Amino acid sequence: MSSNVYPAAHFRSFDQQHEASELGMWGFLCTEILFFGGVLCGYTMYRLLYPQAWVHGSELNSLWLGAAMTVVLLASSLTMALAVRAAQLGQSKAIVVFLAATIALGVVFLALKGFEYYGHWVHHLVPGFNFSGYQAPDHPQVALFVVFYFFLTLLHAVHMIIGVGVLSVIAILAHRNRFSAIDHGPVEIAGLYWHFVDIVWLFLFPLLYLVGAHQ
Amino acid sequence: MTSGLDLLPQAASANAQIVDQLYLAFVIASVVIVAAIFLLILVFVVRFRRREGNLVARRVKESTLIEIAWSGIPLLILMGAFVWGAKIYFDEAVPPADSTEIYVVGKQWMWKLQHPEGNREINELHVPAGRPVKLVMTSEDVIHSFFIPAFRIKQDVLPGRYTQLWFQASTEGRFPLLCAEFCGTNHSRMHGWVYAMAPAEYQRWLSGGETGETMSEAGQKVFQRLACATCHARDGPPLQGLYRRRVPLSDGSVVLADDAYIRRSIVDPASQIVQGYQPIMPTFSGNATEEEILQLIAYIRSLKNLPPGSLPANTPGGEQSPNDDTGPERKQQ
Amino acid sequence: MTQPEWIAEPQSPPSYLNDGYGWRSWFLTTDHKRIALLYLLSITGFFFLGGFFAMMIRLELLTPQPDLLQSDTYNRFFTMHGVIMVWFFLIPSIPTVLGNFLVPLMVGAKDLAFPRLNLLSWYLFMIGGIVAFSAIVIGGVDTGWTFYTPYSTTYSNSHVLWMALGIFIAGFSSIITGLNFIITIHTMRAPGLTWFRLPLFLWSTYSTSLILVLATPVLAITLVLMGLERAFGIGIFDPALGGDPLLFQHLFWFYSHPAVYIMILPGLGVESELISTFSRRNVFGYRYVAMASVAIAVFSFLVWGHHLFVAGQSVYIALAFSFLSYLIAIPSAIKIFNWMATLYGGSISFETPMLYALFFIGLFTIGGLTGLFLAALGIDVHVTDTYFVVAHFHYIMVGGMVVAYLGGMHFWWPKISGRMYPERFGQVSAFLIFIGFNLTFFPQFILGYLGMPRRYHTYAEGFQTLNVMSTAGASILAVGYVLPLFYLGWSFFRGPLAPANPWGATGLEWKTASPPPTENFEETPVVTEETYRFPVREEMLV
Repeated sequence: MSSNVYPAAHFRSFDQQHEASELGMWGFLCTEILFFGGVLCGYTMYRLLYPQAWVHGSELNSLWLGAAMTVVLLASSLTMALAVRAAQLGQSKAIVVFLAATIALGVVFLALKGFEYYGHWVHHLVPGFNFSGYQAPDHPQVALFVVFYFFLTLLHAVHMIIGVGVLSVIAILAHRNRFSAIDHGPVEIAGLYWHFVDIVWLFLFPLLYLVGAHQ
Repeated sequence: MTSGLDLLPQAASANAQIVDQLYLAFVIASVVIVAAIFLLILVFVVRFRRREGNLVARRVKESTLIEIAWSGIPLLILMGAFVWGAKIYFDEAVPPADSTEIYVVGKQWMWKLQHPEGNREINELHVPAGRPVKLVMTSEDVIHSFFIPAFRIKQDVLPGRYTQLWFQASTEGRFPLLCAEFCGTNHSRMHGWVYAMAPAEYQRWLSGGETGETMSEAGQKVFQRLACATCHARDGPPLQGLYRRRVPLSDGSVVLADDAYIRRSIVDPASQIVQGYQPIMPTFSGNATEEEILQLIAYIRSLKNLPPGSLPANTPGGEQSPNDDTGPERKQQ
Repeated sequence: MTQPEWIAEPQSPPSYLNDGYGWRSWFLTTDHKRIALLYLLSITGFFFLGGFFAMMIRLELLTPQPDLLQSDTYNRFFTMHGVIMVWFFLIPSIPTVLGNFLVPLMVGAKDLAFPRLNLLSWYLFMIGGIVAFSAIVIGGVDTGWTFYTPYSTTYSNSHVLWMALGIFIAGFSSIITGLNFIITIHTMRAPGLTWFRLPLFLWSTYSTSLILVLATPVLAITLVLMGLERAFGIGIFDPALGGDPLLFQHLFWFYSHPAVYIMILPGLGVESELISTFSRRNVFGYRYVAMASVAIAVFSFLVWGHHLFVAGQSVYIALAFSFLSYLIAIPSAIKIFNWMATLYGGSISFETPMLYALFFIGLFTIGGLTGLFLAALGIDVHVTDTYFVVAHFHYIMVGGMVVAYLGGMHFWWPKISGRMYPERFGQVSAFLIFIGFNLTFFPQFILGYLGMPRRYHTYAEGFQTLNVMSTAGASILAVGYVLPLFYLGWSFFRGPLAPANPWGATGLEWKTASPPPTENFEETPVVTEETYRFPVREEMLV
C-alpha cells in the first residue's frame, strides 16, 4: 500500500477531509469529557458530603505507584507528539519508532494498573465483591470512594486499551508507507485522542491518590 | 369525590385557593393567547390563501423592533408569573412554628403515620382542621410521593432522609391521600384518606388511641432495647438538651442537631463525629426500623427538659420516664 | 443488473433507489439516503410497537378497575411504551430519517462527512433496539422510562439491566449521528453556502446535534452506574450505603431534559421549511428563528432541575430552575410569532404538509403554554407527577414532534421515493390525527389538575368520563397513524412519478432529481443567494 493521491470520494479536497476528521475528533472528545464529567460530578458531590472518608479512601492507594503511572503516561505523550511531528515531515520510519515507544509506554501503564488492581484484590478492597480489607466505622463511605476509584480508573483503562489498539493499527499502516506529508490525518487524530486520555489521567491522579496528601 | 365533569378538585385549604387563583390566571392567559393565535392563523390563511390575484407573496418589511417587542413583552409577563409562583412555593416550604407534627413512613404500598401522642394509623391521617400540621416523612424502601390534591400539595418521600410538608385544612371532611411517585406493583392502590376534624374532636380521637404510649415513650423502649445508654449515659456524647443545639464536629464544622442529624447519627454515626469523641459507635441501621428511629428522635427531643445526669442507665425498664408526655415541640400551644 | 419492474419504470434515470438491488447494496451501503430508508423502516416498526403499548394502556384505563391487564403487566406496558417511544422513535425520528436524507442534500454535498460511521450508527441502533426488544420479549421492565433509583436498582423484579443495555448501545448511535451532522454542516457546505444561507432545518438539526453529542454521554454513564449498582450493590445511589438516590435524578435529567429538546427541535426546523414553502414566502425574521434554535439548545442544559421541584432539592435551587425554565419559553415564542408573520402576506395553499404545519403551531402553542404552568413553582407542586404532565409532554412530543415528522415525511416523500402520495388520503389522515390527538390528550390536563397521578393502573370512579374520552380519542389517533402506512407504502411502488420540485420549494435538495442520484448532484452546486428566495411582488400591505 502506498499513500493516497486523492481524498475520499465524497470530499472535495484533502484539506476538507482533514478539517472534517480533525473537527470530528474534537467533537468526539467533547462527548468524552461529558462521559467522564457525569461520574466526576457524583465524585465531587460525595467528596463534599464525606471529606474524611475520601481522605481515608485515597490512603488505600499507593502514592508511588500512582506517581510512576503518571510519569509513564507523560512520557508516552511526548513520544506521541514526536510521532505526529514525524508524520508532518513525512518520515514513515520515525512514525513507526515513536508509535512503538508510545504503545510500549501505554502497555507499561496498563501493567502497573493491573498490578495495582491485583493488590486491591488480595487485600479485599473491591466493593461489590469483597471489601473486608477496610474495617472502620466509615466503611460504607470509604467503599463509595473505592467504587469511584475503580469506576474512573477502569473507564480510563478501557480508553487506554482502545488507544493502544488504534495506535497499533496506525503503526502498521505507517510501516506500509500509508502516510505522507500531505495525507497523515489518522496519525494526528489518534494523537489527539491519546493526549486526551493522558489529560484525563492528570485529573484522576490528584482526585484519587492525593486527596489526603496535604495533611 | 368528584363528578366526571368538575374542572377543579375540591379545595380544602387556604393554600388550595391560592394555587387555584394562580392556576386560573394561567388558564385565562393561555386561553386568550391560544384564541388570539388560532384566530390570527385563521384570518391569515383565509385572507392570504392562494388564488387568482394572490399567486405570488407580497413583500413584508422585517423589523428588529417587532422581534424585540414580541420577545420582551412575554418575558416581562413571565417574570411576573415567576414571582407569583415562587411566592406560593416558599410559603409551602416553611411550616409555621406552632405546627402539629406528625410522622410519616412510606412503604410499598402503604402510608404509616404516627402522632407524637402515640396514635398510629395506616393509610388514614386524622388532623385538626384550622391548625397547621407539619409532616416529617421518610421511606422504608423506594421513593414515594405524599399527595393530597384537596390541599394542592405534594412532596416526595425518600429513603434515607427526611422531607417535610405542611398544610392547614380549612374545612372538616375526608380528602384523598395518594402516592404520586411510581413505586411498584400496587402504586395506584397506595391511597388513603385525610380526615380533617374539629380540634376538640381531634383531641377526643387522640385520647382514644389503643396503646396509651406516646412516641417518646415508645422511643425510650427502643433506646433501652438497643442499649444506647451503655455509652450515652457514660462516656459517649450526652443527649440531654441535644435537640436543636449546635454541635461541633471533629472536622471543625458545626451542625444543627435536627431530625436529620439525629437520624444520620444513628444509621451512619461515622459520618459526623462529635468533637472530642472517638468514632466507635457502630451503625444501627439494621437494628431499628424507620418508625423506631422516629420514636428514638422523639425520645431524644423529650430529653431536653430533663436535668443533666438523669438519663436512665442501661438497666431494663429504666428508672425514670420522661414527663413530657404531650410530645416534643408543642410548647407554643 | 436488470431492474425488477415494480421498483422503477424501465426508463427511469439512475437514482439511489435503483443503484443496486442485492441485500449487500442496502445493508452495507454508505449512502446517506439508503441509510435514511433503513432508519425509516426501523423506527416505523418501533413506533407501532410503542403504539401497541399505548393502545393497551388506554384500553385498560377505560374503567377504574383493573380488567384487561394485571398491575405488573400494566406497569411494564407504560414503561415499555415510554422507553420505545423516547429512545427508539422520538429521539431518532426526524434526525435519522429526514436528517440523514437531507443534511448532505441541503448543504450540497455528496454524503455526510463520515459515511461508514453513519452506517455503524444504524447498526448500533439496531443492536440496541434488538436488545431492548428482547428485554420486552423475556418479560419487560416496570420501572417507568425514568429508571428512578432505588426502585430500579434494588426493588424491581424486571429486566432492568437488559433494557438499560439496549438504551446504552442506542445512545452511541445518537452520538455518532450528532457528530456526523455537526461536522458535515461545518465542513461540507457547498461554495457560497454561508451560515446565514442555511435552511432553518439545518440550524435546528445542528442545535439538536449539539445536544446529542453533549447530553447522551451523561445518560450512558448514568445507566452504567445504575446497572453496576443493581448488579453489585455498590452503593452509589443507595442511601443505606451512603449513596443518594437524588444524584441519579440529577444525572438522569441532565440528559433527559435536553433530550426533550432533541425530540422537538428538529420538528421546529421542519416547521419553518413547511410554512415557508406553502406560503411561498421567506421565513420572517430568519436570523431570529435560527438563533432561537441555538438558544433553545443552550438553555436546555440549564433547566433539568425543574423535574425535581417536589423531589427534595433545596428551595433556592428550585427557584433558579424555575426562572431558567421560564426563559427557555422565549425562543419558542419567537419561533411561533415569526411563523405567523410568515403566513402574513403569503400565498398560502393547503396540501397535506401545510395542514400538519398549521396543526403543529396550534398544538405546540398549547404544549408550550402548559409547560409554563409546570415552570410555575406553585402550580407544579400540585400537578407534577399527574396526568397534567402526561398531557403536556404528549402535546410537545406527539402534537409537536410526531406531527412535524409526518408533515416532513409528506413534504419530502416525493424526494425520497420519487413518487407522489394521494393528496386526499393525506389530508384526511392529518385531520384524523388532529382531532384524535386533542380528544386523547386535552382531557388529561383536566384529569391532572383534578389530581389523578400518572402511572396509575386503577383510579377513582370520578375520573372515568375523562378517561373514556381519552381512550376514544386514542382510537381515532390510531386510525390516523395507520392510514399513512398504507397509502405511503402504496405510493412508494405505484404512486405517480414526482417531478424534481413538486411544491415549488427553494433549497438545494429540490434542485436535483426525485429521487436523487447516488452522488446527489451532477456537479457541486454553487449558492449565490439567501435561502427561501421566492418571487415577491412589491405591493403595500395594510
